[in-house]
Amino acid sequence: MIHNYKRAIQDIRDHRFLNSVTIITIAISILIVSSFALFFVNANDIINSWKKGIKIMVYLKPDTPETKISKLIHKIQHMDGIRDVRFISKNEAFQELKKQMKRQPSLFENLKENPLPDAFEIRLKISFQNQEKVEILATRLESFPQIDEVEYGQRWLGQFTNFFNLFRLTGYAMGGLFFIATLLIVANTIRLVLYSRRDEVEIMRLVGATDSFIKAPFYIQGLIQGAFGGIIGLATLFVGFLLLSSSMERGISPGLFAIRFLSTGAFCGIILGSTFVGWIGCYLSLKQFLK
Amino acid sequence: MIDGQNKSPIIRMFHVYKNYGAKKALVNITLDIPKNELLFISGPSGAGKTTLLKLLYLGEKVSEGQILIEGMNLSRISHKRIPLLRRKYGIIFQDYKLIATKTIFDNVAIVLEATGKKRRFIEKKVKSILRTVGMEESLHSFPPSLSGGEQQRIAVARAIVGDPKIILADEPTGNLDEVSANIILDLLKRFHTRGATVIIATHDKELIRKTGGRVIHLNQGYMQKTTNVESYINDSQL
Ligand SMILES: Nc1ncnc2c1ncn2[C@@H]1O[C@H](COP(=O)(O)OP(=O)(O)OP(=O)(O)O)[C@@H](O)[C@H]1O
Ligand SMILES: [Mg+2]
Repeated sequence: MIHNYKRAIQDIRDHRFLNSVTIITIAISILIVSSFALFFVNANDIINSWKKGIKIMVYLKPDTPETKISKLIHKIQHMDGIRDVRFISKNEAFQELKKQMKRQPSLFENLKENPLPDAFEIRLKISFQNQEKVEILATRLESFPQIDEVEYGQRWLGQFTNFFNLFRLTGYAMGGLFFIATLLIVANTIRLVLYSRRDEVEIMRLVGATDSFIKAPFYIQGLIQGAFGGIIGLATLFVGFLLLSSSMERGISPGLFAIRFLSTGAFCGIILGSTFVGWIGCYLSLKQFLK
Repeated sequence: MIDGQNKSPIIRMFHVYKNYGAKKALVNITLDIPKNELLFISGPSGAGKTTLLKLLYLGEKVSEGQILIEGMNLSRISHKRIPLLRRKYGIIFQDYKLIATKTIFDNVAIVLEATGKKRRFIEKKVKSILRTVGMEESLHSFPPSLSGGEQQRIAVARAIVGDPKIILADEPTGNLDEVSANIILDLLKRFHTRGATVIIATHDKELIRKTGGRVIHLNQGYMQKTTNVESYINDSQL
């Protein structure tokens, strides 16, 4: 086995240019595919956090009496799809606002009275966290006479999710294409190496070498190409990620988007995947070459 | 072990024909080669000597007829078992077939590597064989930097390094001066006395005369005579 590694390393050294080109090609493919993956992971995070936050804010008409309010809470709680209803009095809301804006106390100085309405914050059951159902609930809520306004800020979330899904599909398709392209490139490199070694392969067979003995170093070569390509691609992505995230931190929205890198699992998965590409590319060309 | 009594054929050929397209390279060859025989295949250029050897190691397939090697029918052998067949042989190719990109050491070692021998054993064995053929100095050289005769000696070293049962030698001394040729010849004879079956294709009558053994004569694909050396030498017709 050690011997096979030695032969594989020797092959790579002998065909430095060919192997570098292959490794770089794999690296570029991996870079592109994994940047997509990285984008999806983060976009998914954001969408999920939005989805979790799907809530309906209901603002009551001014001076709604307390008895009416508790009745209303009761009614809403028994509607379909409601997880919980929290009453936020206008005072509470005002304190919250002040706290959030404590750097600009002057804003509140001239305020004679609390301009905010009483409100309900309504959270939905998971099965109701989608565009149509939120809309239906909202119209039903709007029909209560005490309710002044119903607000659900994620009207656009539905459209965005659709768009995102389409984008994801494109991502898969591109991943597939790059997979095939990389496969062909690896298969081709191995084929060229094999071709340049055809005399040697023939001689090895004549002296009694088995096909598996002849193939082993090529497989190792394919695996090495795949693994190296994957590692280089991901390393490049990681550098890009660091640059991007540090520039985002310095920029306008600190903490707003805590973008994260691929999980260790995804990282290993991609490297395994590209190693597998190396292997299967090798398999394809060997199958053709050594009948 | 020398087993002179055991003359059961290790190689049997029955009505073997080989055509390359319309060209008849071998015609109706029937031949038994007993274990531990020293056999010469003689004949002029183009007679079919190399072709006959190729058929034995499945470098080519017969067009017609049957070949049995130790009872193994070559027409029926599965692809997977071809390497096992070839390991019975040590082959000295007429054109040497050395791997130009590998060192002399690796060229010889490959036979042992292919059969999974231990590194330490390979080192020792290859070095000792190279010493035997007088090429121990060239361990790290590459074949193209050697003279024809030197390459031929490497080819011989590779053929014998695996202690094969059967040696197929195609013009093993073709490129050698008398001294080197004698070294090679002695080596082949030594293998023969140790029990190997040795088959030498050559048109070098001098070599045949010096060595002794059975001679078969090919001409344009036909097997003309099978004789012993004495009558071969005396037969002015050949
Ligand atoms: N691969 C091939 N394709 C076509 N014809 C071939 C092939 N190999 C050999 N021949 C022909 O078969 C005949 C026998 O060739 P072979 O190589 O066996 O001769 P040989 O006795 O070894 O000659 P030499 O002493 O020159 O080596 C020749 O006429 C040759 O041209
Ligand atoms: Mg010949």
